[in-house]
Amino acid sequence: MAHTQKIPPAIPYLIRGYPWQHLGSLGFLFFWLIAVTGFYLFAVLDTSVEGVYSSIVWLTREQWYLGGIIRSLHRYAADAFILVTLLHLTREFLLGRYGGFRRFSWLTGVPLLWFAYISGIGGFWLNWDQLGQFSAVASAEWLDWLPIFATPFTRNFLTAAAVSDRLFTLLVFVHIGVPLLLIFGLWFHVQRINRAEVFPPRALGIGALAALLTLALALPVVSQGKADLAVVPGPLALDWFYLFLHPLMYVSSPASVWTLIAGITLFLLLLPFLPSSRRVPSIAVVNPDNCNGCRRCFDDCPYAAIVMVPHPQATIVKPGLQLAKVMPDLCASCGICAGSCPSSTPFRNVPALVTGIDMPQLPVEALRQALKLRLAALEGDTRIVVFGCDHGASVEALSGADVAGFSLICTGMLPPSFVDYAWREGAAGVLVTGCRDSACAFRLGSRWSEQRLLGLREPRLRFNAARERLCIAWADPGEEPELLATLTDFRRRLATFAPPPVLQANRLDGISPNTPETNAGTGGTADGQI
Amino acid sequence: MVKSKPLAWLAQGLLYALFALIIGTFSSWPKYRHLAPEQALIKLSFTHHGKRVEDCRQRTPEELAKLPPNMRAPMQCQRERSPVTVEVDLDGQRIYRHVAAPSGLSKDGASTVYQRLEMLAGEHRLAVRLKDSAGGSDFDYRREETVTLKPGQVLVIDFNAEKGGITLL
Ligand code: SF4
Ligand code: SF4
Repeated sequence: MAHTQKIPPAIPYLIRGYPWQHLGSLGFLFFWLIAVTGFYLFAVLDTSVEGVYSSIVWLTREQWYLGGIIRSLHRYAADAFILVTLLHLTREFLLGRYGGFRRFSWLTGVPLLWFAYISGIGGFWLNWDQLGQFSAVASAEWLDWLPIFATPFTRNFLTAAAVSDRLFTLLVFVHIGVPLLLIFGLWFHVQRINRAEVFPPRALGIGALAALLTLALALPVVSQGKADLAVVPGPLALDWFYLFLHPLMYVSSPASVWTLIAGITLFLLLLPFLPSSRRVPSIAVVNPDNCNGCRRCFDDCPYAAIVMVPHPQATIVKPGLQLAKVMPDLCASCGICAGSCPSSTPFRNVPALVTGIDMPQLPVEALRQALKLRLAALEGDTRIVVFGCDHGASVEALSGADVAGFSLICTGMLPPSFVDYAWREGAAGVLVTGCRDSACAFRLGSRWSEQRLLGLREPRLRFNAARERLCIAWADPGEEPELLATLTDFRRRLATFAPPPVLQANRLDGISPNTPETNAGTGGTADGQI
Repeated sequence: MVKSKPLAWLAQGLLYALFALIIGTFSSWPKYRHLAPEQALIKLSFTHHGKRVEDCRQRTPEELAKLPPNMRAPMQCQRERSPVTVEVDLDGQRIYRHVAAPSGLSKDGASTVYQRLEMLAGEHRLAVRLKDSAGGSDFDYRREETVTLKPGQVLVIDFNAEKGGITLL
């Protein structure tokens, strides 16, 4: 069995990697929590103007053990939803993930912010306590700055008599209808993401829910006095996640808040079209002569950038033959497709290896040549090939007389047969590393690699040699010392095995595979210099 | 780098606690006070059609004859409405004046006003004037009253011609 080394996560990794990688899926989790708790609240609430306040107060006081907790969870999940959504947006912005192949996801994400705020703010109104009253009046005054209502919307909240049951029914409808639009928008938002993570890892999800439940028990949400339009509410416990716009409007003006919101929305919408966000991508290239239409690249592409089209060489014998086609705008240049293609095997008996789908900046043929050369230059009985990636822990740090490190665009671009090939060419062992699954720069690279190497996914590694000669250890940048320790441990284990057959044969023939001039186990770069 | 499990658990626990703390804090703190404690609020708001700019007039028999039979209304009325002017004085000082134009492309809709006027609570002499006709300089409606506003109280000044004009609620 292949050795999978678990490097324990470090604190910087917790901060940099784990929770921040799952903000989007945490958002989904909180959304479903809002929906489930919302169903209960809708079922038990009296939605008339007169009845709504007292029914919520009853729920909070008399049925605190169920309705009260559900009410608190509904609110805190809504706060958590907006918090992780804003963090998700900020993170993607800081990482520059809004242009190119990510444009679709970015653009479809922007309206979701509006939907979230509309449904969130409307939820406060429905309590019809003093906070709801304040928010309703402030929102109406803000909306009235735009000439959209024939009769000012504010007049609906002028006096107690002006607030009608019909208006409240409409508000309930909006509070349920807009989240439905949000679900629809979320579905669009993840359309271009293959196998989008719509639930966070179990431990994270349970932890986040437990945190909210603890909060709901420790600090239950309560109503703030019945709404009375004849009085301006006194000091209010404001929910700043949603209602910060109201104080902002009162210290400035409705016009400035509109300008701010419209400006931010416009900026977010134009961002993917700004020249700085354009890059010159080296997108994956398909070679029809080497594509048999197996759809593996189609299945494995993390960004749904591959479509299958009829193969030009489809014949009567093979009428349904398909061909992979890359959508240039969606391709992230990760190379995971090259790792999935059955034509990428280095054992093919061809002068120059051309595969079905390849990365121009690091073709599989260049990798094969470099592997041969570098392996021949290694010394000792425990020659190790390390395959890593440009985004994970640096494999440069592992270089040595008996180690040849290869830094790929993404570890997912490694065809598993290259491990077999390395063994056959004289490597005593192969160490595969790269970003941790949760932190994979291209989402699915580490996951697909591990599954392929463990024989759980096509293309599978054929374990012709001893499986103990493979070590898989995921590590993020900054975790080089741990990775080095894993390598040292791996080398120690390899030393207990018999030398690989190639070395034994060379010894019998009196050939030394070492060529000291090229004996430098350095990592490669994405521009083909491996 | 932390290698021991308890420390990693502790770090995770702290992260969840921090998350709950942030949510719990900013969902209700800091408190916000919209109006200073000694203040009261007047909301002046109405939606009212000003009078027609021109009075309706009787069509002559010749004019009627020129019209298609189904459109021979005896009166001809211009659609355009006059703007509505409103003025508010507080303790003898004018604190607000606004000329609300009629809505609609043909200026035949209602004029609307919504204005918040913050002031110190207490007794005040309030005078409201409204003019909804084009000609003349005098106001069509007036109301003057001494009001005592409690801190935080909202006084609504509305207009409803059928209920006697300017109303204080
Ligand atoms: S390079 Fe990556 S994103 Fe582009 S087609 Fe291949 S797998 Fe998809
Ligand atoms: S994996 Fe290779 S052979 Fe299969 S569809 Fe993609 S390019 Fe063609």
